[in-house]
Amino acid sequence: MKTDLVVRVCMGTGGIAAGGAEVMDAFKKHLRSKGVTARIEKNCTMHKVGCRGLCARDVLVDIVVNDSKTTYQFIKPAMVERIIDEHVINGKPVEEWTVPEDYHLFHNKQVKVVLSDCGSVDPEDIESYLNVKGYDALKQVVTTMSPAETIGVIRQSGLRGRGGAGFPTGTKWEICSKETSEHKYIICNADEGDPGAFMDRSVIEGNPHAVIEGMIIGAYSIGADAGYVYIRAEYPLAVERLKNALKEARKHKFLGKGILGTNFNFDIKIKLGAGAFVCGEETALIASIEGQRGMPRAKPPFPVYKGLWGKPTVINNVETLANVPYIIRKGAEWYSSFGTEKSKGTKVFALTGKIRNSGLIEVPMGIPLREIIYDIGGGIENDKAFKAVQTGGPSGGCIPSHLLDIKVDFESLASVGSIVGSGGMVVLDEGDCMVNIAKFFLQFTQSESCGKCVPCRIGTKRLLEILERITSGKGREGDIELLEDLARDIKATSLCGLGQTAPNPILSTIRYFRDEYEAHITKKKCPAGVCRDLLSYVILAEICKGCGACKKVCPAGAISGEKKQPHTIDADICVRCGACFEACKFRAIGKG
Amino acid sequence: MIDLSINGLPVSVPEGTTILDAARFADIPIPTLCHHPKLTPYGGCRLCIVDVKGINRPVTSCTTPVAAGMEVTTTSPTIEKLRKTILELILSDHPNDCMVCEKAGDCTLQELAYFYGIRENRLDGERRVYAKKDDNPFIERNMEKCILCGKCVRICDEVQGVGAIDIAYRGFNAKVCPPFEKNLDCEFCGQCVSVCPTGALTGKAWGQRGRQKDIKEIETICPYCGCGCSITLHVRRNEVIRVSSREDTLNEGWLCPKGRFGYSFINNAARLKTPLIREEGQLKEATWDEALDFIADRLGKVKAKYGADSIAGLSSARCTNEENYLFQKFMRAAVGTNNVDHCARL
Amino acid sequence: MTNSIPEIENNDVIFVIGSNTTETHPIIGLRMKKAVRKGAKIIVADPRKINLVRFSTVWMQHRPGTDVALLNGMMHVVLQEQLVDKGFVKEWTEGFDTFRKSLADYSPEKVEKITGVPKKDIVSAALLYGKAKRPAIYYTMGITQHAHGTQNVFAIANLALMTGNLGRESTGVNPLRGQNNVQGATDMGCIPNQYPGYQRVDLPSIRAKFETAWDAKLSDKPGLTATEMMNAAMEDKVKALYIMGENPVMSDPDTHHTVKALKNLDFLVVQDIFMTETAQLADVVLPSACFAEKDGTFTNTERRVQRVKKALNPPGKAREDSAIILELSRRMGYDMKYNLIEEVLREIGGLWPAVAGITYGRIEKWGLQWPCPTLDHPGTPYLFKGGFPRGKASFTPVSYEPSKELPDKEYPFILTTGRQLFQYHTGSMTRKVKELNIVAPEAYVEINPADAERLKIADGDTVRVTSRRGSIDLKALVSERPSEGLVFIPFHYREAAANILTNPQLDPVCKIPELKVCAVKIETGHGGQ
Repeated sequence: MKTDLVVRVCMGTGGIAAGGAEVMDAFKKHLRSKGVTARIEKNCTMHKVGCRGLCARDVLVDIVVNDSKTTYQFIKPAMVERIIDEHVINGKPVEEWTVPEDYHLFHNKQVKVVLSDCGSVDPEDIESYLNVKGYDALKQVVTTMSPAETIGVIRQSGLRGRGGAGFPTGTKWEICSKETSEHKYIICNADEGDPGAFMDRSVIEGNPHAVIEGMIIGAYSIGADAGYVYIRAEYPLAVERLKNALKEARKHKFLGKGILGTNFNFDIKIKLGAGAFVCGEETALIASIEGQRGMPRAKPPFPVYKGLWGKPTVINNVETLANVPYIIRKGAEWYSSFGTEKSKGTKVFALTGKIRNSGLIEVPMGIPLREIIYDIGGGIENDKAFKAVQTGGPSGGCIPSHLLDIKVDFESLASVGSIVGSGGMVVLDEGDCMVNIAKFFLQFTQSESCGKCVPCRIGTKRLLEILERITSGKGREGDIELLEDLARDIKATSLCGLGQTAPNPILSTIRYFRDEYEAHITKKKCPAGVCRDLLSYVILAEICKGCGACKKVCPAGAISGEKKQPHTIDADICVRCGACFEACKFRAIGKG
Repeated sequence: MIDLSINGLPVSVPEGTTILDAARFADIPIPTLCHHPKLTPYGGCRLCIVDVKGINRPVTSCTTPVAAGMEVTTTSPTIEKLRKTILELILSDHPNDCMVCEKAGDCTLQELAYFYGIRENRLDGERRVYAKKDDNPFIERNMEKCILCGKCVRICDEVQGVGAIDIAYRGFNAKVCPPFEKNLDCEFCGQCVSVCPTGALTGKAWGQRGRQKDIKEIETICPYCGCGCSITLHVRRNEVIRVSSREDTLNEGWLCPKGRFGYSFINNAARLKTPLIREEGQLKEATWDEALDFIADRLGKVKAKYGADSIAGLSSARCTNEENYLFQKFMRAAVGTNNVDHCARL
Repeated sequence: MTNSIPEIENNDVIFVIGSNTTETHPIIGLRMKKAVRKGAKIIVADPRKINLVRFSTVWMQHRPGTDVALLNGMMHVVLQEQLVDKGFVKEWTEGFDTFRKSLADYSPEKVEKITGVPKKDIVSAALLYGKAKRPAIYYTMGITQHAHGTQNVFAIANLALMTGNLGRESTGVNPLRGQNNVQGATDMGCIPNQYPGYQRVDLPSIRAKFETAWDAKLSDKPGLTATEMMNAAMEDKVKALYIMGENPVMSDPDTHHTVKALKNLDFLVVQDIFMTETAQLADVVLPSACFAEKDGTFTNTERRVQRVKKALNPPGKAREDSAIILELSRRMGYDMKYNLIEEVLREIGGLWPAVAGITYGRIEKWGLQWPCPTLDHPGTPYLFKGGFPRGKASFTPVSYEPSKELPDKEYPFILTTGRQLFQYHTGSMTRKVKELNIVAPEAYVEINPADAERLKIADGDTVRVTSRRGSIDLKALVSERPSEGLVFIPFHYREAAANILTNPQLDPVCKIPELKVCAVKIETGHGGQ
């Protein structure tokens, strides 16, 4: 029997957390014990791959037999033996475990550039990347193109920074390339810090060489001799794969002295961040690399003129850099064929929250938000009603349901008070309180403020305090106006992007959900039933069967009642934990 | 030179000048709390924001270099409103105990609160509460009054080259402190104290010794090493209660621990207060007449018996030029010897 | 200083030898740090790892007393690398050829053996200094307090001359004066061989000028230096001593000798602000005013005459030194009449033109640097612009001579003395400041960890340090600052006065004692107190 067999096990952080390593071991063990490995020898390959998007269904496994691919979901080690027996040996896929139709829907509306090789290449093996034309772009650039030509291609492609601000990458490179300096630097910003965002991590875990290749091309274009990847220490797997990839790239002369036989010298160091959100801000990031406290400084001068160690420095986001090799290889026109007039190409998003298919997606710029939520995302979990999407993380804003048909690109999102940002997309449903959501993001930005400038350090604290009093039933007349006023002043006066955008979640939730704020303040009610201090639980006597389940779980002893008689809750003792609400099988407990 | 306009006024300044310096050059006031002319621009307090035509948000004038044709507006209702909000925020996290604060009358924050008329504060909220635990003898660190302007941190690093303090923690809890919040252990030059705009850093020895009203300030020269630093003695009731130094001096306002904190010997109880003459082995109090007559008499006798060169005099590097001149003139002209020296070699 | 303090920040190379600048001249230290921030490189030559080493490019840890060898070694390299400023040497100096030959013996290899400084450091220091555009040399007592202190200073002068590094802005040779008005006291003629303004007492024409001005007959015989006075007192040649504001018991070498000498006097007058160790021996003690209680001028290390202003009344019956001197002089039959203290400065200006242009009015805010001969003269920030006063400067060949007292079997350590940041000189002021004594409460002997381990001394142990002249007990401070075989003691503390140990050996020319090198032994087990 002549069989080609490829087994790919998803082993990004999500995959590993779901047991990917054990699944991989099980495949190794059973393929060997059943003699498959010995029989087909070289034609049997097994490798780990990075995230292919649908993290909610990990562990995902591809079995490719003679070029025919079947994908399984929710695989556990115990299931491996049957897959080998029935599918690999007998040629019949285990239908009940394969991915259903919606898995393909998830992928169908996506356009993958950055992620095109994620999930198929082995991130720990450079050969795997080389097999899909990896480093061809670099070869093309250093041997046939001038730096100016390279920058020209990037400019034409319309690539804009994927870190959030959307500054044209080609322009940034061009400015830096024109600076004269003994040293120049290129920094890859992998200090991904937005809550719920994992785009950069997934790209590095899934295809680290694309990022490295993009960086080397960037360095060549601007004339940099050294590069840094500033990456969070909380991303151990990404760091490990990156380190390994750098080592392999050096071996292949893609890095170091005399790259690919030219006189171009460049190498990359990894600098671990200590978990400060503000270090994603470029000047704070530079300070951190220099060994200072990660605090932003005023711009100008911009890093392209005076950056790391006072030298011209380009800072690009992971996703931006990972786009570069594909743009070079396939051409600026190909890339700019995706997207809108001003926002070209694709964008990776981390789709999370109350969405059925949470995971990593890449879509063309300009795709309607509705398609992301309902086609790719598969709609809201538990069939609840969609309420809003928070984009851009703590710097962004929310988009309510009546704007669901908005196009997702830099300009459109900005026009409704949100941003594309680095690509976080948190889906909220009817059970989410928008005041509480704003409070959540403010808690985050407030505790992540570096403390350097007054409006961010104290202003966000005051915003948070006002939100706290609103959600605890102590809101005052005029608080909404005070929030808006202070928020605007903070935006106008803060030193860096963190403070300038920190009030956005408040302003945008007030803009679209002002009535929820008003209900909290004037009626002392949380319409979504989230804010605990504003809740009251009552037992509806006509429904209550007197089963006593609620009484049993009440931690405060607030519920009393005889067996088979309607029970009551003493509101003075009740701590509003909601345990009774969860415990009641008869929906006899009212919340509001 | 770069030509720009500030509030419609044409101003011409060298390239690289910041908007703030250009404005000050043109005598246009801009409030600041974190700026110091000798330190790297910081841009932390945000009070010095100004509008620049063509830029859609206010910029901090302390960090923004001038550009040709720039049109700057330093004051407008919007700008003043933003400045007031910033001050309200700072004051909302400040003890506001000016009535007992060492710094009252000499406090930039107090001054600004006064000019912006801030009394009630719509932004009241939680305040930082810190236990004092610093047991160094020189510097009182009242961190609840710290506004995190960062001047102390920068001066310690950039001027003194020590780096004894930095900002730790994040957000509202950000705080200037020595490593691991240990006690301050440094050169105690007090440069940080000299630049602190509020009462967060003061001299321990100054506490409750007098504030602005009845203090006389006298400019003089430090009595210690040969640097010749200008110092200002703060005098109240014939007592030096504090030493400081102005910025426009040879020493640029910087002092060392001796110069800044080593003045209490002046009013030390052990100071000699009356002439003493040795009688039967003991030094006994005498009047000036007794003492001087006695010296004149004894020196006269020694000179008569052994000659002028049997008398010698040591003058002092601690005395003034005039006194040294008079001393050697006395030795040479009145006593008649060249046996006069001082401790230049020691 | 030939330059002024503000010029320091524009030095491109700063060569600090025998000066613990950041502790003894902290504000000058700040200017040096500022220069570093502006790109200057610092060369430090010091047997101890002083604070400035942190900011330095080259640190030469030479053995105490080997400065001449080290400097000659650097000059040897300057010569070899052809970094001599030939134009300058030809136009402004004399004696270069003889001098050049004198360097032949000081190859870096040989100098490494004498000084302990690696050859490569000597070479790189020489290249740094030799190639610099605006270098300046800074030194203090680490250079001068040696029996061959004059030789050390000549060697420094030679280095600056051969490279033409004198007489320009931010370029020169800068001895840093250790006490606030030591420059002024010298300027004012409180030296045995010169009248105010460095005018020699043994030149008849000059003496005549002063005799006329002062209306008195003056001695033509140069007098005794401070250390010679003590010896003369021992020998009954000096019978009476008048001390104004000095504390020789603490500051002079070999304290036992000093006390004996003072006790041997027929009559001792001490005029001071505190009952100092010296005042305790006096026949008459006169209470004087401190700096804050009088008007006048101080002259700082860069020749800047600055205004001292009265802020307070002196305590009790204490009086200004000037008032005391004037009154005493009157009683001794020589009446000096001044209505205002400023009249004294005017009189000085009449006798020494370099300060004729300085008035209290002109220095109300900022001092003026002499020479300042006329009322419209702006003062002189740096000296020797366009030439030397005597025409040409001469090279003085100097050869290395070992210090007078070197370690041996019995006294195996070299002791060097100096100051620390929180105390000042003999401590008569700073020891009275409570806060300073909390951070710097007691004397200590700095000793290298290797030596400490060998002698089984732990940090904080009380040890006895003994020289041929005496012993003191004090705490050991185990520290990397001194090299092996070297110990350091600050001389501020009367309880463990470093000068009980030091060697009163004098430099033959300027009579400075060899305080920076003597031999001591260190013993444990005496238990202190």
